[in-house]
Amino acid sequence: MELLNSIFIKPFQDMVAAPDFLLQVLWEGLVAGVLYALIALGFVLIYKSSRIFNFAQGIMVVFAALTLVGLHEKGIPALLAVPLTLVVMLILAIAIERVVLRPLVNQPDIILFMATIGITLFLVGFGELIFGGENKVMITEQLGIPTGSFTFEPFGGFVSIEQKDLTAVIGAVVLVAALLVFLNKSKMGRAIRALGDDHQAALSVGISLSTIWILVWFIAGIIALATGIVWGARAGVSFALEVIAYKALPVLMLGGLESVLGAIIGGLAIGILEKLFEIYWGQPLMGGNTETWFAFVFALIVLLFRPQGLFGEKIIERV
Amino acid sequence: MKMVTMSEAAAKTEAAKPILSVNNIEVIYDHVILVLKGVSLSVPAGGITALLGANGAGKTTTLKAISNLLHAERGEVTKGTIVFEGDQVQALSPNELVRRGCIQVMEGRHCFGHLSVEDNLMTGAFTRRDGKAEINRDLEMVYEYFPRLRVRRASQAGYTSGGEQQMTAIGRALMSRPKMILLDEPSMGLAPQLVEEIFEIVKKLNEEQDVSFLLAEQNTNVALRYAKYGYILESGRVVLDGAAEALRTNEDVKEFYLGVGGEGRKSFRDVKHYKRRKRWLA
Repeated sequence: MELLNSIFIKPFQDMVAAPDFLLQVLWEGLVAGVLYALIALGFVLIYKSSRIFNFAQGIMVVFAALTLVGLHEKGIPALLAVPLTLVVMLILAIAIERVVLRPLVNQPDIILFMATIGITLFLVGFGELIFGGENKVMITEQLGIPTGSFTFEPFGGFVSIEQKDLTAVIGAVVLVAALLVFLNKSKMGRAIRALGDDHQAALSVGISLSTIWILVWFIAGIIALATGIVWGARAGVSFALEVIAYKALPVLMLGGLESVLGAIIGGLAIGILEKLFEIYWGQPLMGGNTETWFAFVFALIVLLFRPQGLFGEKIIERV
Repeated sequence: MKMVTMSEAAAKTEAAKPILSVNNIEVIYDHVILVLKGVSLSVPAGGITALLGANGAGKTTTLKAISNLLHAERGEVTKGTIVFEGDQVQALSPNELVRRGCIQVMEGRHCFGHLSVEDNLMTGAFTRRDGKAEINRDLEMVYEYFPRLRVRRASQAGYTSGGEQQMTAIGRALMSRPKMILLDEPSMGLAPQLVEEIFEIVKKLNEEQDVSFLLAEQNTNVALRYAKYGYILESGRVVLDGAAEALRTNEDVKEFYLGVGGEGRKSFRDVKHYKRRKRWLA
C-alpha cells in the first residue's frame, strides 16, 4: 500500500504542491530533449537518404567540438573558428562519400553500418592524433554565448533559467526550423525526401547520389557542431561526449528511424520524461541515477505496442 | 526473311539519323547471370520504337542498360556499345544521362509515395540549370498534357490511382526536358481505356515536343499501333525486327503475340504443340 501510494499518488501530489519546482524540472528536461532531438535528426537524415544507420554520429559531435576548440587554441578567433570548423565538416563529408560510401554503394545495409563503425574508429584516432586526448573546455564565452542566469517567480515560487541553456534551445529551434524549411521547400530537400521514398526512381530521374550524400553528411556535421558546442559547454569537450549520441537511440526507436517529426517529438518527450521520472520517481524510490537507463526502458515498452515507433512512416501500399 | 529485315533496318538508319543506337550489347548480372546475349537496336530521332517480347525476354534489362540503372542492381554491360547522340554513354551515370536528355520511366511507375504529385513532378527537374521560370513553364506544360494531375497536385502520390501514378511518372520525366524517354511497360495494371489514353499522350508528346520514345511493352497490339518500328526480343536476343505495320501482319507475330494467327479453329493441344515447336529459338 505504501509502495502503491509512493508510485501513483505521492509524485503527483508533489508536483501540485510545488509547481515552480515542476516548471524547473520541465525546463531542464526540455533543454536535454532539444539536444536529443537534434542528434536524432542527424541520424534520421542519413538513414532516410541512404538507409545507413550512422554509428559515427556521436564521434562526429566530439570531432566537431574538438576541431572548434582546437582551432581556437591555435589562435584563430572564435567567430572565425566556427565557419572554419564547418569547412572541416564539409571536407569530412566529401571524404566519407568518396572513400567509404561510393565504393560500397549497393552493398547490403549491414556492410554500410560496419563501415560507419570504421569511420568512428578512424575519427577517434585521428582526433586524438591532432588535438590530443586530454579534456578541453568549450569556448563558450568567446563565442558570445551569455553565461549568467536569470530567475523569475511563478506561483510565488522560484525558477532559474541559465542563459546558455536558453541560447541552446533557441539555437536548436532555429536550426530545426531551418532544416524543415530546407527539406520541404528546396530542390535539394525534395531530392533527399525522394531518395528516402524510392531509391531507384530517384536515380532514374537523375538525382545524383553523391551530391545528396555529401549534403546529408554535411548537415549531420552541422548538427554535430551545434550539439558539440551546447553539450561541450555543459560537460566539457572530451571523447566521453560520444556517449550522448547513444541517448539518441531510444529517441529513434520512439520516433521511428524515418520520421523527422518523430525525431523532434521523440527527443523532447524523452528529455522531459526522463527528467520527471528521475526527480519524482527515481530519486525517492530507486536512489536516483535513472536517467542512464530510463529512455531505453521507455522505448522498449513503446516498441512492445508500436513496433514501427510512435511516428514511423506510414507505409502506403496500393492493392 | 532475316536478311530482308536487316537491310530494311540499314535503309531506315540512313534515312533518319538515330538518336540512340545499341550495338551488340551483352549484360551480366552478379558476374554470372547472362541476360542479354548481343542485342542491337536503333531509335531514329523523333521516332517511337517498340521493344516487344514475353516476360523475362530482356526488355527491361535493355532499357536499364541504356539508362545505366543496371549498376544499381549489380548488372553490367560487358560487351558492345551504346551510342546516344553520337557519344558512347555506357560508362555514364544515370544523372549524367538525364542531363544529356535520356531518361527512363520505370516499370511499375515508381512514384515517390510520400511526396505530393507536384513535388514528384519537380524532382524531374533536378538536373536542370536553366532557372525557375523555365521549370515553372514546363510544369504548366505537364499540367496541360495531364489535366488530371493539376487536380491532384497536392495529394500524396501514394494515394493516387494507378493511371494518375503513370501520368505522374511520365510527367516527372518530361520535367527533365528529355530528348528521349525510355518507357517501360506503361500499360501495366491499367484499364484498357486508360492504356489508350496514355498512349495517345505519348503520341502527342512525340509529335509536339519532339521526344523520341523507346517503348518496352507486353501489350503488343497497342504498342504496334503507336510505334513506327518494332523489335521482338526472346531470351536476350532480337529475333525479329521491322516496321510496325510489317510486324503486325507477320504471321508468326500474330500467332505468338497477338493471338489471332492460323486458320480455323484448332484444338488446344495442337496449339500448344505448334507453339512449342515453332518458337524462333527453341
